[in-house]
Amino acid sequence: MKSFTYERAGSPQEAAAAAERTQGAKFIAGGTNLLDLMKLEIETPAHLIDVNGLSLDKIEATDDGGLRIGALVRNTDLAADQRVRRDYGVLSRALLAGASGQLRNRATTAGNLLQRTRCPYFYDTNQPCNKRQPGSGCSAIGGFNRGLAILGASDACIATHPSDMAVAMRALDATIETVRANGEARQIPIADFYRAPGDTPHLENVLMPGELITAAVLPKPVGGVQAYRKVRDRSSYAFALISVAAIVQKDGSGRVALGGVAHKPWRVEAAEGALPRGAKAAAEPLLAGAKTSKENAFKRPLVERTLAAVLTQARS
Amino acid sequence: MSRSGNFETTRRDVLVAGAMTVVATSTTSKAGAQVRGPAGNAGKSSPVGDGPLSKVSMTINGSRRDFELDTRTTLLDALREHAHLTGTKKGCDHGQCGACTVLLDGHRINSCLTLAVMHEGDSVTTIEGLGRPDHLHELQAAFVKHDGYQCGYCTSGQICSAVGVLDEIRAGIPSHVSADLTVAPQLSPEELRERMSGNICRCGAYCNIVDAISEVAGRKA
Repeated sequence: MKSFTYERAGSPQEAAAAAERTQGAKFIAGGTNLLDLMKLEIETPAHLIDVNGLSLDKIEATDDGGLRIGALVRNTDLAADQRVRRDYGVLSRALLAGASGQLRNRATTAGNLLQRTRCPYFYDTNQPCNKRQPGSGCSAIGGFNRGLAILGASDACIATHPSDMAVAMRALDATIETVRANGEARQIPIADFYRAPGDTPHLENVLMPGELITAAVLPKPVGGVQAYRKVRDRSSYAFALISVAAIVQKDGSGRVALGGVAHKPWRVEAAEGALPRGAKAAAEPLLAGAKTSKENAFKRPLVERTLAAVLTQARS
Repeated sequence: MSRSGNFETTRRDVLVAGAMTVVATSTTSKAGAQVRGPAGNAGKSSPVGDGPLSKVSMTINGSRRDFELDTRTTLLDALREHAHLTGTKKGCDHGQCGACTVLLDGHRINSCLTLAVMHEGDSVTTIEGLGRPDHLHELQAAFVKHDGYQCGYCTSGQICSAVGVLDEIRAGIPSHVSADLTVAPQLSPEELRERMSGNICRCGAYCNIVDAISEVAGRKA
């Protein structure tokens, strides 16, 4: 691990100001992803700003009937919150499908949104990777890419976003709140939060340098049957091959977001219009433009079948 | 562990001495090359050389401890190398195996994926703080009774994790296999297996581990 200096921030704005003025600074909260990457020298911050002392660890009701989830709320606490379990079951289920008990006790809401990909070539510092080292090439294209993206990828990168939580938040239309060094606050709909990889896969979201996530806000509950189905190589403690977050209403309408298929949670408006006609009808627009390799072509039928299973579960 | 005044040799002493011998040999044979000893990736992940220092005080197993550490020092390395509490094990050092599991303010975490300097004022409980050889924690006794291990390397992590699991079930925290999110979770083997999935046992003692935890859980239910 490269050496770094360390400070504890006193307020969100102070943290953002420190990050903006210090070359190579990064925030650290749970650290469960960042320290893993620092040990491999994939992340090499010169300065760490510890944000754990900021009072961003509460889940509060909003004026319009939703929930404001502080950036530092731990994954376990969010999944176990009675309001989340009752009104946003898809979120609770997605969180519980991710990582291990130890990691969920430490990992935070904001950190979960900002997880880096688990593409094996991003992790292997001996291999070219445009995300880790811009311009070096992509080893995953034509390589071992069974777990990688089939939608929204580019010739520069086919990495997937590894979060389960973000997929549920996409289905719930969450908004991400941030603060910058000058005190300016922003609300970013999660639909606009992640960037397409394009030619710049190292830029993963729309946050500005030094900008700090302070909360994720859920709109008022939409009801329906909520489910998160994650398909993986073992029954626990593994990243998704694909996942389906769904909210299905009595009349068959609803929302669907996919995980494990793209650089961000994947949601398509036209697919939701087709949802009352069943999984096959919805999967077609959901997977429109999919580009598969020999290794990950299985993801296409797997999405349709998993969606069918979720819809059956929702209607039973 | 008492080392003064006698010639008692522990398994750890032998391992350390063995490691030193191999390092010395490889240094001689590859003069000038970077030496990575048999401690595996420790050469990369353990802080070496000069890095910024930071002071931190925490309570470990009920006693206050003050450290001045290279900022890179993980909580795991602080416990093992600085507090000399070697019951907590370093397995993968990347949060994948659970051997380093300790309780932080009562909650189980991977001590390898958190920096020691981030724990000013926190309270850490390691396997040494749960029970003593002459007064075992009930989970330690149950692991012995049910043979919940073979080599034992993962055991301290398994037991610290199991303490956390039973507290989490008692607190009503659901899991991936809980059928209904709105009711209290059950104490079934299926629940225990899911909740313990962050602790890997290469010897494959899982059945006995589940038996040991189930027995203690049943006593408390």
